[in-house]
Amino acid sequence: MRILLVDDETDYVSTLAERLSFRGIEAQWASGGQEAMRYLENNQYDLAVLDVKMPKIGGIELKKQIQKRYPDMKFIYLTGHGSEEDYNKGVADSVYYLIKPVNIEDLVKMMKKAMEGK
Amino acid sequence: MSIVQYLKPAFLEHPSRDNQIYKHAFNFRKIWKMTVLITAAVALIPLISITAIDYNVTQRALESEILLRAGRLASNTKRSIDFFLAKHKSVLDFLIHDNTFEELNSLNRLTGILNHLRTGFGGFVDIGIINSRGIQTSYVGDYKLEGKDYSTQPWFQKVVEQGMYISDVFLGFRKKPHFVIAVKRAYPGKTFESQNYVESGKIIEHEKPVESLADAQAQTLSGVQKSAEANKSYEEESFYGVENDFYVLRATIDAEHFNELLSNLELSGMGDAFLINHEGVIQTPSRLHGDVLTKTDIPVPSYSIHTEVKEYIDTKKNVNIVGYAYIPDTNFILMIVKKKAELMKSWYSTRSILIIFLVVSISIILGAILSLTTYLVNNMYIADKKRALAMHRIGYDNKLATIGRLAAGVAHEINNPLAVINEKAGLIKDMFTYQHKYEKDDKLIGLADSVISSVQRCGSITHRLLNFARHLEVSIQSINIKSLIQDVLGFLGKEAEYRSIKVLVDIPDDLPDMMCDRGKMQQIFLNLVNNAFSAISSDGTLKIEAKEKNSEFCTITVSDTGCGINSADLALIFEPFYTTKSSQGGTGLGLSITYGLVNEAGGYINVESEVGKGTRFMVTLPYKHNTGKEDKVCEYS
Repeated sequence: MRILLVDDETDYVSTLAERLSFRGIEAQWASGGQEAMRYLENNQYDLAVLDVKMPKIGGIELKKQIQKRYPDMKFIYLTGHGSEEDYNKGVADSVYYLIKPVNIEDLVKMMKKAMEGK
Repeated sequence: MSIVQYLKPAFLEHPSRDNQIYKHAFNFRKIWKMTVLITAAVALIPLISITAIDYNVTQRALESEILLRAGRLASNTKRSIDFFLAKHKSVLDFLIHDNTFEELNSLNRLTGILNHLRTGFGGFVDIGIINSRGIQTSYVGDYKLEGKDYSTQPWFQKVVEQGMYISDVFLGFRKKPHFVIAVKRAYPGKTFESQNYVESGKIIEHEKPVESLADAQAQTLSGVQKSAEANKSYEEESFYGVENDFYVLRATIDAEHFNELLSNLELSGMGDAFLINHEGVIQTPSRLHGDVLTKTDIPVPSYSIHTEVKEYIDTKKNVNIVGYAYIPDTNFILMIVKKKAELMKSWYSTRSILIIFLVVSISIILGAILSLTTYLVNNMYIADKKRALAMHRIGYDNKLATIGRLAAGVAHEINNPLAVINEKAGLIKDMFTYQHKYEKDDKLIGLADSVISSVQRCGSITHRLLNFARHLEVSIQSINIKSLIQDVLGFLGKEAEYRSIKVLVDIPDDLPDMMCDRGKMQQIFLNLVNNAFSAISSDGTLKIEAKEKNSEFCTITVSDTGCGINSADLALIFEPFYTTKSSQGGTGLGLSITYGLVNEAGGYINVESEVGKGTRFMVTLPYKHNTGKEDKVCEYS
């Protein structure tokens, strides 16, 4: 399972990647949309964890771009807002959804679920 | 609803707001009072004045009409009596001049005259001739009065002096009321020596020749012979000076005949018409003022040549209208007496109609003024209150929105560093756990756990704040009542804990969701819970229950064991700006806003309270939101 983590908060996303590696999940992190697209060009990922609110390209917009090229990829949204609006958008996009700060175990469970739902 | 409530606006009873912060509102009590007073004055003063003027004018007109009528009647009656007396007087005058003394002394002639008088005029009872000595020389009538001496009688003196006399009514020998008319004629061409008839000794001496004269009449001597004889005897006895001799024709007239004249008068108003003499003795029958020949209760009016009308108040305080006239050449006064109250009867009924009309008019005018003014000023009052409330709510909502946005901003900003802390602490814990280096150090792992749990707590607070702020925007959505109540209690949970307030929530899980605006629902229950908290001192209980009322409504009850509300305040607690906590900064808007919000949602709110025991607010809300009642002013822009 190859994971791409995208969040403008590098301190957060790098720590998250490190923690996932403890749990045997290999995760590449990117600090924004452009960087994420660069990784995607060179590597293949099964799942992307996207922060909804990011400068320039937000998570929802980024998901649309990624999905155009890699329609098989799965997505999980992370959000600091936890608004029902965001939640509804996630559900409408059939995307999983977690509110920051997240419990790492919940995230791992959700990743597995997302992969199984393939 | 009673009529009083239509006539008197509710705000008159409300406590004055002068000392409170919302005194900017108009003074509706003053407006109401001024409007009522001015309109009533403008409408009623002309009405009352016109009615009073009309009342007086009509009364005076009627009174003068009554006086005038009484006067006219008295004057007409006086003329009739005058005519009656003049007629009788004239006929006697004619007779005495048409017949010589001798002719009149002839019994046959006199009997014939009396018969003619009776058939021609009626009322003549008897007739007699009295010579200058006062001796009745001839008499025709029911009694034997020939030779009767009248010389000492006052009426005889009067007829001697005045040539004519009409007596008062008297019973006389007949015990029947009658009166006398006597006329005098100077004996043409004859004189005799006048004697002092009053001298008693002489009177008897005079009777003899009179008797012999009567005998002579019986023997039907010629008048000339008889008078010559009589003169002879007079001449024989005369020893005083010489003057013109005279004789008197005297007729008694039945007063009954006279009475008819008065009793036939048609008199309105318990009227009474009768004659009195100058001493006040009643001469003809009176219905109300005494018997014939007794003194009347009405004082004798002062002399006047004309007919007069006066008012006289009797002993029973009745006002009488007295029309009177002195009958000339007699001792009679005609009296027409009428009861004023009787005459004014028609006026009294008109007057009551006038008064009833006035009272009814005033009532209708006052009723119309009061109800209209109350309606208008009440509507102004309600509109003003709504305006003030709307203004306040706009301000309140803006403030709330600002706080919400600020809180959301803060929450969002804090959330990111919190997430970082969370991950860093997680990583530390992971390092301990996965690298086995500090695996045995429970204290370090415990510390990391406590950092993580604190971060989770902060996270839940920021989420709640963000949630709350977001719901300030109007959006109708499906809401679970239980989660809504828990959200609200989440804000106040700490306060409840600090003040040892027990919070009980009894909401069945199967209660259907409700379609409504979450923000407004939060505000409703936040207000009610806040209210309950301020009523509870400490160690109290707040209980929130919800149950299905029917398929369309559910009732949520918020009850506390606080100080309670007295019944006077209870009726007014939903009134805007009504507060018992103005000194503690209460605006009097919390419950009024709550009331407005519940109404907007298509529900209603009830309250029960007992002082010292607590208060229960029952909010009944529809499951389906009623958009029709949305108050545009309250929408957040």
